Order: sequence, then structure tokens, then C-alpha cells
Amino acid sequence: MATSSNAPLIEVQNLGVRLNTSRGPAQAVRGVSLALKRGETLGLVGESGCGKSVTALALMGLLPDSAVLTGSIKLDGRELIGLTDGEYCKLRGNRISMIFQEPMTALNPMHTIGRQVAEPLRRHTGCSAADARREAIALLDRVGLPDAAKRVDAYPHQFSGGQRQRVTIAMALACQPDVLIADEPTTALDVTIQGQILDLIADLVEERGMSMILISHDLGVIAENVQRMMVMYGGTVVENGETDKVFSRMGHPYTQGLFRARPKLGARKGTRLKTIAGTVPELADLPSGCTFADRCPLVEDRCRAAPPPVIDVGGGHGVRCVRTDVSMAAAVGAPA
Amino acid sequence: MTASADAPTVATARKPATGFWRRALRHRSFVLGGLLSLLVIGAALLSLVWTPWSPYDIDVASKLKPPTAAHWLGTDVLGRDIASLLLVGARSTIAVGIIAVGIGLTFGVCLGLLAAARKGWTEELIMRMSDFTFAFPAVLSAIMLAAVAGPGMLTSITAIGIFQIPTFVRVTRGSASAIWAREFVLAARASGKGTFLITIEHVLPNILSILIVQATIQFALAILAEAGLSYLGLGTQPPQPSWGRMLNDAQTLLFQSPMLAVYPGAAIAVAVLGLNLLGDGLRDLLDPRLARER
Ligand SMILES: Nc1ncnc2c1ncn2[C@@H]1O[C@H](COP(=O)(O)OP(=O)(O)OP(=O)(O)O)[C@@H](O)[C@H]1O
Ligand SMILES: [Mg+2]
Repeated sequence: MATSSNAPLIEVQNLGVRLNTSRGPAQAVRGVSLALKRGETLGLVGESGCGKSVTALALMGLLPDSAVLTGSIKLDGRELIGLTDGEYCKLRGNRISMIFQEPMTALNPMHTIGRQVAEPLRRHTGCSAADARREAIALLDRVGLPDAAKRVDAYPHQFSGGQRQRVTIAMALACQPDVLIADEPTTALDVTIQGQILDLIADLVEERGMSMILISHDLGVIAENVQRMMVMYGGTVVENGETDKVFSRMGHPYTQGLFRARPKLGARKGTRLKTIAGTVPELADLPSGCTFADRCPLVEDRCRAAPPPVIDVGGGHGVRCVRTDVSMAAAVGAPA
Repeated sequence: MTASADAPTVATARKPATGFWRRALRHRSFVLGGLLSLLVIGAALLSLVWTPWSPYDIDVASKLKPPTAAHWLGTDVLGRDIASLLLVGARSTIAVGIIAVGIGLTFGVCLGLLAAARKGWTEELIMRMSDFTFAFPAVLSAIMLAAVAGPGMLTSITAIGIFQIPTFVRVTRGSASAIWAREFVLAARASGKGTFLITIEHVLPNILSILIVQATIQFALAILAEAGLSYLGLGTQPPQPSWGRMLNDAQTLLFQSPMLAVYPGAAIAVAVLGLNLLGDGLRDLLDPRLARER
């Protein structure tokens, strides 16, 4: 592809998504911007319901027809918002792929895994059935499915969750996409397998020079797997920057809350997990000012007046908060 | 990284259909339904090569005979052999069932799949249209069709087929919509599949068992409807034998020789019961969740 290595491969500007919810239309994502160069990795972290998946699906063009998208999504300089479904189909699975959270349900129970991995290959590259099958076996082998050659003709229900997630990874990577979106790829798996799958994804991303957007609600997963991160809350990005920088000095009270609330190994028995007071607000009635205002320990009147701007606290580390002076004085984080 | 570390490896590749027949033969209503259906099919096939008498031979001299060695089930008001009429009648019963269900299935499934895939006003239009069609009973459409095209087997089959479309639209739309909401459809879309391919490769195979079961039930309903229409004189026309026509003919002699109505009635009951049992059995056997726990 004719892009110089400095131009972003995928560039999102001021993305907004309006969805029809049961309580009427609601702005699920607002003002999200990001840029990823070839080979870069970005983490998206936040509580359940903050709009991570909606953002990912918007990039994939997979939101329901009723969703209204504003802003711009560019892949290699080409605008994706407003593409017809047919045009988008040529990109999906080919240049931009996605792995989902639930490996148990992400495969069609009626088809063999070999067929499901080979299909994107046949469709996008037009290779013969025999070649696609051979390639599928090689891919399944690469993602660490034991006995791949023997088990290509098995059905999904004959595999464990971890094995199925390996199959979905093979499916997503079949056509060597440039961008991989992994939406909580390990949330449904048990802890030992989580590590293996994340390592596998990291290896593959590096090996193929892909860009990756990794979505997780687990700060630990983000800390170990991506170069840059964005913290989302109520459909907005409240903090972004290089992972190391953000972790060494967290700027947003919400990020700090997430960090304090993570379960710690070796914590003394009986210590209660710290939580962030309150719950994620309903989409339909997000506050007009800072979306986090109702749960924030540092809230002031001006927080509720208008959405706060992004403040650069140094080295491209941005925080959407007007009280960074106070919050950052607390020095929450894990200095390297 | 040790790849094989994750989880118990399960058996080698195996088609989910394996063991289907073994389970099927142990399923009581499937076996009984299958036998009854085979009985009807066997009668129709037999009638193609052999009947005790010709069902068209009228012999008024020996009318309304009780069962004898020559006429096993006796003769009707025109002296025709009832056993032969029943055998040949099975043919039109099966033809009606297959063609009417074929019409209903083809149009109903296509429209239902389209509604589920397109949503929005397409779905709205299809569903309202099928509600509208559903509001017309088969008898009414048959009368209207007969007024235009004249009564006959073709008219009644078409009317029954049209009457079956809305049922198939609803069943298809409902189950297909449920499949569209599944994550593997999202994953398939994420790998670049368009609406048409997803419908053919993902939605249809996953609702096939529901459609097969529904088809057996509709088959039984079609047989009943045809008998009803023939009884009203709107279906199969004489001299073509049909179970419904036989009931119709028996009506005037109900007190004189009630057995004339009992034989075709029993034949219809056997066919409908057989198909219903078969449908019930298939529903159990094709449910993958039940199939898995061997
Ligand atoms: N198709 C949809 N129609 C209407 N509302 C939706 C739809 N999809 C998501 N939402 C709403 O959008 C909000 C954000 O959802 P999203 O799935 O992006 O959360 P998330 O950050 O991915 O959470 P999780 O960690 O649970 O996956 C939620 O309030 C959800 O109810
Ligand atoms: Mg999600």
C-alpha cells in the first residue's frame, strides 16, 4: 500500500454515534478521536456500558442501520462513513478484522471450523477450495490449535472455549488484515488461558505488522499489551496517552478510581475492594457537563456547567478534566 | 507457549448427524409417525401398479355391498370398490400435500428470510401482507379462485398453498431474526460476508430443523384442507378419487351405510396423525441441544 509509514493507517476524528435505545435515541459515543499508524497498538478501557464495543462496531461498519454516525473514520486516507454495505464487505475481514468476546457463540454451530476459517480467504482472495483449506490448516496450526490437520473438519461444539477463541483468531487473521480490533477477547476465558491468548495475539500482531485496538475493562491487560491507551467513560474519552505515561501519573479521577478498584493479589484478608461510588449513567440521560460529575470526588460547579476540554498534561498525555491540578497532585499510578 | 494446555480435547471430527438414526429408532412417536406415513405412501405407490379393481369401474348392480372376499371393504353407491378408491385417493392426498406445502414453503421461507434480513419497511410490508392473507381462510380463497379458474384439484391446491404462505413467513421470520441476533452472525459479518451469503450459509441451516417440523405439520393441515374443499365440491373433481370426495359422497347415505364415511375418515386420520407424530419426533431429534447429550 502506498502510505508512507508516518501517515496514520486508521484515523478517527470526532466520532459520534447516535443509537435508538429502548428509551429513545441516545448519544452512545461522542467526540472520540484516535489515530493509529501501521504496527501501533491502542488500548480502550472502561467500565461496562461506556461505549467501547459501540466504538469498535462503528469502525467495522457493523452498527444497526438505524445508528447515526457523525465525524470521520479514515482507513488509509479513505473515508469509511457513508460507504455502502457492499463496499464495506470488501474491507471487513480483509483489511480490518474483529475478534469478539464470546468464543462459545462466535462460531456457527452448523459448520466445521475449517470451513469457517477458509471462507474469508476464498471470498477475499478468490483462491481455490483446496488452497484455502491448506491455508486454514496452516493458520489453525499457527494459532496453536493442537492437531490442526486432523481437526479442521470438527464442529465448534467439540472444542473448549480457549480453543474456539484460537479458531476465531485464525478466522479474523485469515486475510492478513491491516487492523485488528479485539473486543475483550479473553473476558470469557479463565485466567491461565487469558494469558496464552493475549500472548498469541501480541505475537501475531508483531509478526504481521498489524495495528491493533484492544478493548478491555481490565487495566492490567491494557498495561501489558498496548503502547497507547484511551480511557472511556459515558461515551467519551476521558484520558489518553502512552500507556507508560498514563500509568505512571493518572490524571482523570475516573482512571484513578478504576486503578484503585482493581483487585490486588496478596491484599490482606478482609480488606474490601475499593469501588467507584455510583453507577454508569443511562445513555438517555447523560449529564450535560462532565459525564463523570455525579460520581467524581473532586466535582465542582463548573464541572456540571459544560463538557470539560482535553488538557495536555505533558507528552501527548491528555486528560478531559478541569481539575487535573488537584487530581494529579495525588500521584495515583504505578511509577515505573 | 504451550498450545495444547488449554482444556480437555474432545473427540475427533464427527458429523452432528451421526447417531441420528440410532436415536430416531428409539423415539416412539417418530417411529409410529414414520410407519403411519409410510403406510399412506405405500398405498399411493401400490395404486400406481395394482389395485384390486379399477376405481373408475361403475357397477350399479352391486352397489353398497358390505365387505366380501371380492370387495374387501365393500362398494360405494356407484358400486366402485372402496379399497381401490382409498388406494388411489392416497395419491391425490400426497400430491396435494407436497404441492401445497411446496408453494407455502417456497414463498413463505423466501419472504420470511427477506423480512428478517432487511428489517425496516420491507419487514413491515411483508408481515402486514401475510397478516392480510392469513385473514382469508383457505375455503374463501378456494371459492374465489374457483370462481375465476373453475373448481378442480389445481384450484384447491393453489388455494391451500397460498393459505400456507403466511404461516411459513411468520415461522421463518421469527426464527431467522433470532439467528440474526446471534454473535456468530456478527462474526461472519465482521469477516466480510454480505446479507445474502449470511442468509444462505448461516441463517438457513440454523432454522432448517424448525422448517422441516413446520412442514410436516402444514402437510397434515393441507390434507385436511383438501378433504374439506373436496367435501364442499371445490377440490378434486369426479371421477378422480380423493378421500375428501369419498366423504362428500358418503354424506347423503350417512345413516344407511355409515361405513362409507368411516373408511375415508380413518384414512385421513391416519395420514394426519402420522405426520403430526413424525413432526413431533423430528422436532426432538433435530434439536442440537438434545442431540448432543448422548
Ligand atoms: N444496538 C444497540 N442499540 C441500542 N443501544 C445500544 C446498542 N448497542 C449498545 N447500546 C448501548 O450503548 C451503550 C454502550 O454499549 P457498549 O456495548 O459499547 O458498552 P461496552 O463499553 O462495550 O461494555 P461491555 O464492557 O459490557 O462490553 C450501552 O448503554 C448499551 O446499552
Ligand atoms: Mg463490549
